[in-house]
Amino acid sequence: MITTDICVIGAGPVGLFSVFEAGLLKMRCHLVDVLPVIGGQLSEIYPKKPIYDIPGYPEIKAEDLVENLRQQIVPFKPTFSLGERVETLGKSEDGDFLLTTSDRMEIKAKVVVIAGGLGCFEPRKPELARLEYFEGKGVDYIVKDPEKFRSKKLVIAGGGDSALDWAIHLTEIAEQVTLVHRNESFRGAPDSTEKVFHLAKAGRLNLLLNSNLHALEGNGVLKSVDIINKQGVVNRVDADYMIPLFGLSPKLGPIGEWGLNIDKSAIEVNTFDYSTNVPGIYAIGDINTYPGKLKLILCGFHEAALMAQSAFKQVHPNQKLSFKYTTVNGVNAF
Amino acid sequence: MIIFDVVDSSGNVRTVEVPEGINLNLMEVLKASEYPILATCGGMALCATCQVEVAQGSENLPSPTDVELDMLDQLPRATTQSRLACQIKIHENLNGAIFNLASA
Repeated sequence: MITTDICVIGAGPVGLFSVFEAGLLKMRCHLVDVLPVIGGQLSEIYPKKPIYDIPGYPEIKAEDLVENLRQQIVPFKPTFSLGERVETLGKSEDGDFLLTTSDRMEIKAKVVVIAGGLGCFEPRKPELARLEYFEGKGVDYIVKDPEKFRSKKLVIAGGGDSALDWAIHLTEIAEQVTLVHRNESFRGAPDSTEKVFHLAKAGRLNLLLNSNLHALEGNGVLKSVDIINKQGVVNRVDADYMIPLFGLSPKLGPIGEWGLNIDKSAIEVNTFDYSTNVPGIYAIGDINTYPGKLKLILCGFHEAALMAQSAFKQVHPNQKLSFKYTTVNGVNAF
Repeated sequence: MIIFDVVDSSGNVRTVEVPEGINLNLMEVLKASEYPILATCGGMALCATCQVEVAQGSENLPSPTDVELDMLDQLPRATTQSRLACQIKIHENLNGAIFNLASA
């Protein structure tokens, strides 16, 4: 169990900077991020892209901004749970928040700050009747352990790199692999595409192009998948497993189930201190919404500063807060 | 004025008028016109929540870039007429187009 003053969900630029603002007020932070690295979108999506609207930097590469933020918070010794998602949020007997992560890590904190950006990237699901029913009973969205599919019949759907790569790899392990793609060509890596066509020609891969998933059949567990081609002809393929690989899409995830007021996938906050409707929980950065909201890193930085002032009253209810400039007070490391 | 039609998820058709020279993309105009488009990623062609089908006038639009095609290629229900609204700049070439949100 980790005990801290503030648990920050999301280690993007705004989550990182909130550690600095909290640190100036002598509050400790633990950060949780579903990504295995800090920096959020800046690290995952556009590390090499220049950003032009960070005050004081006419131009800065996203990855350099993340590195600068990391250095800036070193004095305040933040701790991290990376590659983990916060799954549940509850209250402990003494009134603190109790969070658990996907790796069953427990975090006890007086304040929770959600700096979750776009949310969690989750697998994009095809629109199919009874899809949810078959989840865990034959429908898998990720390949964690290829051995699970040894000597099984698989249907893989999708046309991206991961669909191609898994189709190639799993032909070695599974009894039968069917790859379904709605186009007649692939945009993935040319050598993967070549391999897929080669395997299909050799009869080791059942390649169904210009086709879409149509229906799932089975009683209790998946038995077969109906696939429809552009001419409208339905083809039934035996399947122990179906693996739709349609990429990832940002979703709010478990945050949506914590009783927070949500508007169009964003958390409603009070602009006085960026608090949510649940006392002790704040939302800052791209994940919040309020009249006039701008999804800008610099706005998130401002929100972090105001959040920290308000969070101080939650963490130290009996102490008086006096505002001090860093030029006067410096940065006093923990 | 640039004038095009939008078909919402219930099949209702509405004409949208946008002044020329406005520096916006179609996703931003649809959001501003109160269509329930999430546009979670803010226009980086990452989330595909602004997917539209161009029912008419697709031949007048600039071809999708590799980034857009890569994203469209991943989507389970995309067709040859599918586009990401965030990648379509508001321009006179949108005049007379019909955008269908039903499949988005």
